[in-house]
Amino acid sequence: MELPKHYTAIKNMTKATCTLEAEGVGNEELALVGGRLAQVVKIIDREVTLQVFGGTEGLFTDAETVFLGKAPTLHVGDDLIGRFFNGYGAPIDGGPELMGKETEIGGPTVNPVRRKQPFQLIATGIAGIDLNNTLVAGQKIPFFANSDQPYNEVMATVALRAEADKIILGGMGLTNDDYLYFKQLFEEEGVLDKIVGFVNTTDNPPLERLLVPDMALTAAEYFSIQKNENVLVLLTDMTLYADALSIVSNRMDQIPSKDSMPGSLYSDLARIYEKAAQFPEGGSITIIAVTTLSEGDITHAIPDNTGYITEGQLFLRKDAEVGRVIVDPFRSLSRLKQLVIGKQTREDHPQVMNAAVRLYADAANARTKLENGFDLTDYDKRALDFAKEYARTILSIDVQLDTHSMLEQTWTLFSKYFSVEELGIKATFTDQYYTD
Amino acid sequence: MKTRGVIKGIIANLLLVEAENAVGQNEICMIEHQGTELMGEVIKIAGKTAYVQVFDSTRGLRVGTEVVFTGSLLEVTLGPGMLSKNYDGLQNDLAEIDGLFLDRGARSRALDPKAEWHFHPAVKAEEKVIAGSWLGHVDEHGIQHQIMAPFDLEGEWIIESVVEAGTYQADSVLARLRKGDEQREVNMIQRWPVKLALHRFKDKPRPSRLLETGVRTIDSLNPMLEGGVGFIPGPFGSGKTVLQHAISKQAEADIVIVAACGERANEVVEIFKEFPELDDPHTGKKLMDRTIIIANTSNMPVAAREASVYTAMTLGEYYRQMGLRVLLLADSTSRWAQALREMSNRLEDLPGPDAFPMDLTAIISNFYARAGRVELHNGSYGSITFIGTVSPAGGNLKEPVTESTKKATRCFYALAQRRADSKRYPAIDPILSYSKYLEYPEFQAYAAEHISNHYVDAIQEMKNLLQRGGESNDQINILGDDGVPLAYHVHFWRAELIDFVILQQDAFDQIDAMTPMARQMEMLDLVLDICRRDLPFEHFEEVSSFFKGLINDCKQLNYTAYQTEDYATRKAAIETIVRERAEPVNA
Repeated sequence: MELPKHYTAIKNMTKATCTLEAEGVGNEELALVGGRLAQVVKIIDREVTLQVFGGTEGLFTDAETVFLGKAPTLHVGDDLIGRFFNGYGAPIDGGPELMGKETEIGGPTVNPVRRKQPFQLIATGIAGIDLNNTLVAGQKIPFFANSDQPYNEVMATVALRAEADKIILGGMGLTNDDYLYFKQLFEEEGVLDKIVGFVNTTDNPPLERLLVPDMALTAAEYFSIQKNENVLVLLTDMTLYADALSIVSNRMDQIPSKDSMPGSLYSDLARIYEKAAQFPEGGSITIIAVTTLSEGDITHAIPDNTGYITEGQLFLRKDAEVGRVIVDPFRSLSRLKQLVIGKQTREDHPQVMNAAVRLYADAANARTKLENGFDLTDYDKRALDFAKEYARTILSIDVQLDTHSMLEQTWTLFSKYFSVEELGIKATFTDQYYTD
Repeated sequence: MKTRGVIKGIIANLLLVEAENAVGQNEICMIEHQGTELMGEVIKIAGKTAYVQVFDSTRGLRVGTEVVFTGSLLEVTLGPGMLSKNYDGLQNDLAEIDGLFLDRGARSRALDPKAEWHFHPAVKAEEKVIAGSWLGHVDEHGIQHQIMAPFDLEGEWIIESVVEAGTYQADSVLARLRKGDEQREVNMIQRWPVKLALHRFKDKPRPSRLLETGVRTIDSLNPMLEGGVGFIPGPFGSGKTVLQHAISKQAEADIVIVAACGERANEVVEIFKEFPELDDPHTGKKLMDRTIIIANTSNMPVAAREASVYTAMTLGEYYRQMGLRVLLLADSTSRWAQALREMSNRLEDLPGPDAFPMDLTAIISNFYARAGRVELHNGSYGSITFIGTVSPAGGNLKEPVTESTKKATRCFYALAQRRADSKRYPAIDPILSYSKYLEYPEFQAYAAEHISNHYVDAIQEMKNLLQRGGESNDQINILGDDGVPLAYHVHFWRAELIDFVILQQDAFDQIDAMTPMARQMEMLDLVLDICRRDLPFEHFEEVSSFFKGLINDCKQLNYTAYQTEDYATRKAAIETIVRERAEPVNA
């Protein structure tokens, strides 16, 4: 075997990258620069540019560079279970090194014709999700949240209730507090036997985040394809991931695209999210991500590109009328819900869902009227009362109900506040469920 | 002798290749890497350096690797057997690629050259033919698939010989042509470069015939024509994809080509799964029999994404040459534009607006111009109707892709977030959207003859009512329910009636999802008749409760099967309610 070549003359250095002359180097190959892990991002003739994951601070131009002849890998196997790793796949929990099969991360994606159409409903007990935005195994969906919202808590609740075989946490730029929150919660709930964590905290260099999603998904593919398990991948926070991408492209003097993001942002995000799939042998990968917004701005390149890739998005909002956090029924959407609602749930589910949201919108209009000092009609008043009760007893994320009870409860409110005509629901359903 | 070269540089999926001899712009080249062949396309040449974008991941590629230039541009293979196939953006047959994953360099044939087809000749020896002349046909899933003289023929050729009717392999010689000393053999398969429009027709008149989609807010408000071009911009979550699926399932077309360009794989899987099960409402066969899907999902390489829309268009043009009506849907052209942007960024071109390439408008117009209804040299007509979706950043319609597309198209179906939020689907904004075809005298004449003599007038009337309703709503919101004359409430509720009964449609209800034109016209007449009446009301609450009841009744009518007893009863009941309101019994 050829011995790896050593180089000791770095020509250029930025905060995130370094360039040196080398031969026989492959694109995207890993290297150690002065002991720090780095990856080839550009080759021009003999000039090789590397992104140094840990940053170049304190690196000298005579640092020793060794090319490893391979792209980043993860050792996959059952010994992943219950463990926490950093962005390189090395243990951070004090446990032993991984012994499984070494697998390249960021591998090829599933042939679309081999995918199966998602069909397994994921129940969370949260009506804002199960009733209005039902999730399906194999789906990819982010929470769009402002930084002050309890997105990690909600995501953890969803993960724990979802009855997945494995939960894989990909933490990017997590605060140490949040990392410990996840870890303790999983321990307390006694689910460590189905958790794998890849965590880059704010204590770590930002570029290490770039490896986290691929690590998490490589582990997910092991359990979903080799073991036919239903795997839930939690990625938080994808905005910080995208920020790391823009750091590298900026240091490489690439012309920035919209919002200073690299021109390839859409492709970069799609490569990750499209790993969500329902596999023919029964396993599945579902991705629930968090994309933090700046003051709710969804026109920014990160949420905007994300929205076009993912199968919907979930917004959290505090309903001021009842003082509870709800999943916003207007802006949230699960694109795959049609595959299961009214099929795996009761037949009236789609129409009840739409009617309730429409009536909730009527209440919002009535509130505007009220704020502008206009008199309310009898209908407006009823809509407002309905909205309050709907938010408090059904939508609020601390309410836990099964879908059947959600539907029953909604019909109770419909019957209490509205006439049949005001519902605009198919007569076959109102005949059956509406009570005078 | 093929030109060779070596890799000098690698930046993501862009290679800098030093070529030994001549290379062509957009020439295809192959790169051998660890036993697999990667494919690339020349997108810029500077001196001896060719800039090659690779249609695959470049992981592990090394400087010094050999590159072989093929001498041809990116081409598709055309022939019988393409219908019901699922191709990627480079026309690989996805079903023929083994394994769960799409491994790097995995390729498959677009067509099976050994497949057998029953050929019926339509020409005889010594007849004259030109490029695209029909030589005979085979039956492809019930479609008369014409076998055509090669599209690259120049001038008139003579048929030397043609085989008799019978079953032949796709690659067996069916006819021999001659022109002077030159000879050509013709089989069922041809190749054509995707970026070159297939212009083998006599004339391209303006579109004039309705393309019925069964979607009321299109057919009865902003109609699309056969050979027309339109686009659907909308923020994510506003129902673009559901609408496109509805159109592709229901539209009156012989061939449907769906280009999923950078879209979600699960949505493509939905088409894969649904279309083979769905009955074609027009032929009774399966929808998939007349459909080709170009599935270039968002995770596939960006260069292949750019190619995918051209691949789809070229397949469309091929079937148009057979005198067929092709409907081409691209979801989404913004992803295509982003692919252009990504490549231009890699080339370090100076960016235009929003970092898109400077010539974006020209590229988009040029692409849309390939659609249209054409008269072929033999007098038949074929058409490509093209509807693209655009995904404007944050729903802002003033971004470059939307603006450029607006210039290139005639129909504009703007999806409104506000409508989507309140679940008013399809969320096409009735005020912002337009179909310029309504102004075409040739379409007006066609509509008067084939749809109804008052179709165009009814649409105009409805648009006015909608606009007035919107204005009244604004006034009510500013001045309050009590602060406006009662008539404003009537205007508002008339518009709501039109909105709920005509514009909104339940894409997931078996009956409501598709409304035939005759039924649409009947509903239009029913609703307009109500709107024209000067109904007496005492109080605004009376207006709203009357119309709410009416809307509910009309919606139930929409859910009822057409021309049944139940339908007639419901319709009569509505008419009675309106009549009684117009002429109270005690009056």
